[in-house]
Order: sequence, then C-alpha cells, then structure tokens
Amino acid sequence: MPHPTRGSADRLLTRRHFAAACLAVPLAAFLRPGRAAAEDPVVLTFEQLYASFGVRGLTFSPLVLGAAGRPVSLTGYMAPPLQAEATFFVLTREPMAICPFCQSDADWPVDIVVVTLAAATPLVSAGTRVTVSGRLEVGSKTDPTTGFVSQMRIVDADFRRTR
Amino acid sequence: MLPRSALLAATLSAGLAAAAQAQTIYPLNRAEILAGSKFDFKVEFPGAPAAAHLEVTIDGKDAAEVFGAKPTVIEKEDGNDLTAYWLRDVSLAKPGTVKIEATAGDKKKAVAWEVFDTPKGRVAKNVILFIGDGFSVAHRTAARIMSKGMVEGRYGGEFAIDDMPHMALISTAGTDSIVTDSANSMSAYTTGHKSCVNALGVYCAKNKNTLEHPKVETIGELVKRRTGMAVGVVTNSEIEDATPAGVVSHTRKRSDYNDIVKMFWDVKPDVIMGGGSPFFLAKSTPGSKRPDDVDYIKQFESAGYSFVSTKTEMNKAVADGKTKILGLYNTGNVDGALDLRLLKKGTVSKFPDQPDVTEETKAAIEALSKNKDGFFLMVESARIDKYSHSMDPERALFDVIMLDNAVKVAKDFAAKADDTMIIVVADHAHAVSIIGTYDDDRPGQTPREKLGTYADAKVPVYDVDAEGYPKSVDVSKRIAVAFGSSPDTCFNSKPYLEGENVPAVAGATKDTYVENPKNCERPGAVHITGNLPFDANQAVHAGDDVVLTAMGPGSEVFHGRLDNTRVFRAMATALGLAK
Repeated sequence: MPHPTRGSADRLLTRRHFAAACLAVPLAAFLRPGRAAAEDPVVLTFEQLYASFGVRGLTFSPLVLGAAGRPVSLTGYMAPPLQAEATFFVLTREPMAICPFCQSDADWPVDIVVVTLAAATPLVSAGTRVTVSGRLEVGSKTDPTTGFVSQMRIVDADFRRTR
Repeated sequence: MLPRSALLAATLSAGLAAAAQAQTIYPLNRAEILAGSKFDFKVEFPGAPAAAHLEVTIDGKDAAEVFGAKPTVIEKEDGNDLTAYWLRDVSLAKPGTVKIEATAGDKKKAVAWEVFDTPKGRVAKNVILFIGDGFSVAHRTAARIMSKGMVEGRYGGEFAIDDMPHMALISTAGTDSIVTDSANSMSAYTTGHKSCVNALGVYCAKNKNTLEHPKVETIGELVKRRTGMAVGVVTNSEIEDATPAGVVSHTRKRSDYNDIVKMFWDVKPDVIMGGGSPFFLAKSTPGSKRPDDVDYIKQFESAGYSFVSTKTEMNKAVADGKTKILGLYNTGNVDGALDLRLLKKGTVSKFPDQPDVTEETKAAIEALSKNKDGFFLMVESARIDKYSHSMDPERALFDVIMLDNAVKVAKDFAAKADDTMIIVVADHAHAVSIIGTYDDDRPGQTPREKLGTYADAKVPVYDVDAEGYPKSVDVSKRIAVAFGSSPDTCFNSKPYLEGENVPAVAGATKDTYVENPKNCERPGAVHITGNLPFDANQAVHAGDDVVLTAMGPGSEVFHGRLDNTRVFRAMATALGLAK
C-alpha cells in the first residue's frame, strides 16, 4: 500500500515521461532464468491481497500474511513511470491510463503495490500488463529518498510483460 | 503603421513592466472585510528594499499603530526578489472605507477596503448553505423535467430549490481568472474574500509554502470563535475536497488533504460527514494516505465525537442523541444517487450502506438543532460537478434531484420556527445546455440521427418514484444535454449504465489525452473532436453566472447580480457576526 504524500504525488504525476517510457525493450532483458530456484513463488492476485476493505483501513488477507518474506508473483499494470529506467515502480490493479481522475487529482487507488527492482531496468509504457516476481514485504515503510509510504512491497524483483 | 504599432507595443510593455513592479497589498483592492474578523495583512515590495525604507499606512496612520502589533519584515522572503511586510491575525473594528498605502522610496501603491458591520445584530438562528457543485441552469431545468414531468409546457410539480422567495445571479470569478474552481469560489462564500484558483481561505501571495499565504477567517472559524452555535459540514465528496474544506481551511493548494484534515480538527465542526477516510488514518494503517502517525478518527473520538461509517451507524448515533458526529462513509467520494439507488456501480459493492446527501442532511440537522444557540450547516451535492466533468448527464441530474430532496428536508425543518436562513447556490457553472431529446425510435444509429430538436424533441417521459427519481434512466426518449467543452471523446447518446463515464484516457504523447476506446465500441458511437487543450481529460468549468435562491431571515438581500463575496456577507449579517 504505497502512498506518497499528496505533494510528492503531484510531482510524480506531473513528471510523467510517457514517450521515454515507450522505449522498446528486448523481452529477454526481463527474464532471468535461474533466479527463483530456491522456492516456488506464491502466486498472488490483486483480488486476494486484502481480507477487508473499509473506511478504517484495509486488512491484509491471510494469504498475504502467510507469504510475507517469501517469493511471490503478482500481475497488474505498471503505473506511469517517473523515468525511463528506474529501480522501482507502482503496480496497480487497473491501468492508470483509464483512471484519468486518479491522475488529475494526484490520487492513487488504495490497493497499489510498490515494486523495487533488483537492478535499474528500463520500464515499459504505462498501462502495460506485467507480472512481477520477487520477495514480499508487508508492513509500513517510508522510503527515505522518495517519501513514499508503503504497506506492501515486492522487493528484489523483476518483471515481464504478460497478457 | 508599423512603426506606430511598434511604438504602441513598446509603450504598453513598459507600462506592464512598471505595473508588475508595484507593491501588492493583501487583502487586495476593493476587499470587503467583516468588522472584527481576523485576517493576515501583507505587503510585498518588489526589488527587496531594506526594511528601513518602507512605510505602510492605514488612513494615513502607521499600520503597526492601527493594528497594535509589531510587523514582521522579511527581505528576500522565500528567496523571492521582494520584501515582505506582515501583520498576521489582525482585525478592523470600525466600519467604513479604509485606505491603505504602501510606500518604498518613490514607489507608492494604494488600495481601499470596505469594512462592513452587521448593524441589525442577529436575525437568523440558523443558516443552512447548500452548494450544488457546478450546478448550472441546464442541470436545474433538465432535472426538473426528469423529476416533475411536463405536460403542454407546464411542469408536474415544483422543486424545493425553485420555490423560494429570493433569487440572485451570482458572479463567480476569482482574483486571477474569469473561470473559477471549487476552492476559490467556496472561499468567497465562506470568507467574503475573492481568491485564486486552487486557494482556500487565503490570498494568493508569492509565498512558497502553500500554508503561509495571507489568511482570511472562514465562517466556520468565526461562528466557533464568536458564538456558541454548532457547525456542520456535510458532503458526498471526500470531506477534504475544496467545497467542504472551504468552511475551515487556509491553503494555497486545495490538494493539501492531510493539512486540511488537521484544519478540520482545529476548528472542530460538530458534524462532519463525507468520504475520504484514508487521510484520517495513521500511516501505519494499511489504506492510509497520511505521511504521519496521527490517527484523526481516534482523536475525534477522544474529543467526544461518535465515529460512524455507514448509514445505519449514522442514524443510530442521531437516534441516541449524539451531537458530535464524524461520518466517513467511503475511502473516496460517496457514490452518487444513480449508483446508490439504481445501478449499484461505482464503489457501492464495497460500501453498500452509504447515506446519500438527503439522508446526511436529515441526520445533520437533527444533531445540530439540539444546540440551543442555533447552527451553521454547509451541505454540498458534490458530484453534480464531478459527473459534469466526466460528461455523464444522468448521474449529474440524479444528484440535482438529491440536492432538491436535501433542501426539502431543510425547508421542512425551517417551517417549524421560520428562524432559519436557507441558501441554495452553485459554486461555479459547467458548459451544459438542453438541446432536445435523444429518441431510440428515430431512424439511424448515431447520436445526430437520434437527436430531436425543436418540435421533434417533444417531451421525454421518465417513470418517477416517490422521491422524485426516475425508476430507470435507460428510457427510449431521453433529455439531450450537450457539453460545450470536451476533450476528444466518443459518444453514442446512451446513459452510462456500466459505471461513470470516462471520456478520455492518457495518450501516447506526454500530457495529451485521447478518446476512451471503450466508448468508441459502444453501438452507434461517433468520435467527437475536442475543443479543449490537449492536456484536458474531461469537461471544464464555465465562467457563467450561477443562480442563487434563498429564504428565511436575512435572505431579502439576494436580488439582481451579486459577486460571490456577498453570500458570505449575507450569512454574516444574518448571524450578526461583526464585532
């Protein structure tokens, strides 16, 4: 559950670089054979992340709590990236490109997931469906450089385009 | 010709350059200031002259002496090439015209303010201010046709909002532009001062920090500071959104939601209802959007508020006699009437027990009216505006009917004692008009073939329930509402039964929007070329005047054309808020 403060969200969203993000990237760059050898990832879906969803906050599902610290995979949409190449991005349930009010109002959906990549990687264009693999981190964390507050992160991650 | 016009241009630009370098005095020229209300007095001297060279007078006397306070003078404030002269939190008690002069060397600037009294004292026990956000004349007419029906040119009934003795046209422009937004327009209603786009309860100075601009007192603060009245803020938007925030807030940037929550806490309206709960949750709570660990729900509870998150809880709190209620019914905006009642789209499945604005109003009045000193209540039907941005007329019109039902609740309450002033007004307009009807029985597929104009429009027929809402919006002959501003979009004249319309989506080029391809797949859809700048993804506000209707003690001042600041003045006068 990453959420920038509104100020940083404004900056984030006004500095979108769609064109730069559209760089064609060889699919092979995303594939790292041999990485997940130790343990099969728990396959998560956005629908399964939270047990309850109310005005007093969200409650993580038992599946998420059980998968904390373990390899997981999750499929969603890459939010409009800050830079063409980055070490993190925001994964959303729906493509942000068809959520114009989210963009104009600097308002993220509440159920987004922050992805920290294992290495700086060229990102794909906003609205591309991707499957992210990495280790699940659960619990509040404030990123010291960006000010992002997140509740759920997939770290040491890589991703691939998916359908 | 050429040399002359070139000379003219040069003269003009020299004049502009000189004007740009004049001192700026806040409050601005022609400000109307309630006697005894608090405001920040600021002068910006361009070129950052030394403090010793500045002279600021009020009616010829040193400003510091008049206000009885020592000014703070900051050279190069925020790194800008100016010297700032501040006297914060001051007031003027004596009514009349006041002349303010700011001098630095040979540069002099003068402005005049009008300090107004409320000479009759208090004439209204309660004031209820209804805001139809973006509520324009066509919305009103179309909703009336939809809800009351029409036979041979005559309506089948009257709207509560129309059946009021006093009426005025309200001009909504801000200090910076002919077209306003919901922040500075609401700010004019709640402070009596005009401001600029995105600003709430402040003048737009050159400060970098959005919370440091020159403040003016809001009606929420005034009522709390000067009376024993209760205050209520009720909406179906996020409670931090511009209109509800306007009752309590001071910020140059309306999106300072986390600060706005703190401002609600500082003022403590007795009844607070709307959506937007994530900004009340500590950052350690999943779903929070706060940057800090303050749990405002817990804080309000510890201050004696009943926290409610559903209609059932709200009604129980009121039935239990609670007078302080914090109701947050959605993480985002509360769903609009069409989704709550008929279509169940939006977030209705996640939040199945949300109250609508009418139910909120009923609950708020019941709780607030327990205060023997009376109350000030602001009620907003917020999504008339939001659905007009998204070019979704049926949803906008349902929320007009909801506004009317809420006003009816207030009028029923007011009828008991005739000591309540009720004002119904929009904060700004949208470019909407009724151009006829769309008739599925006309030949062809596309909107232009389905549109009946003039005599061919005839009268649409909606089957209406006891509360004045159509039982279905998907009728064969529908009101055709045209939007005068649009991004590139696709349109097929049918209601958006599957969820709120999304007219445009982000394009491949940075900061451009294109038609939403899903709309282009709808049967009979045609492409509409937008007339807005390419970075617009939805329809925009219009600079048209808006209609105000009012009743009750003090409302007789509403007639003719008035500036939006006069709405504050009328409320302050009815409540006798001057010193």
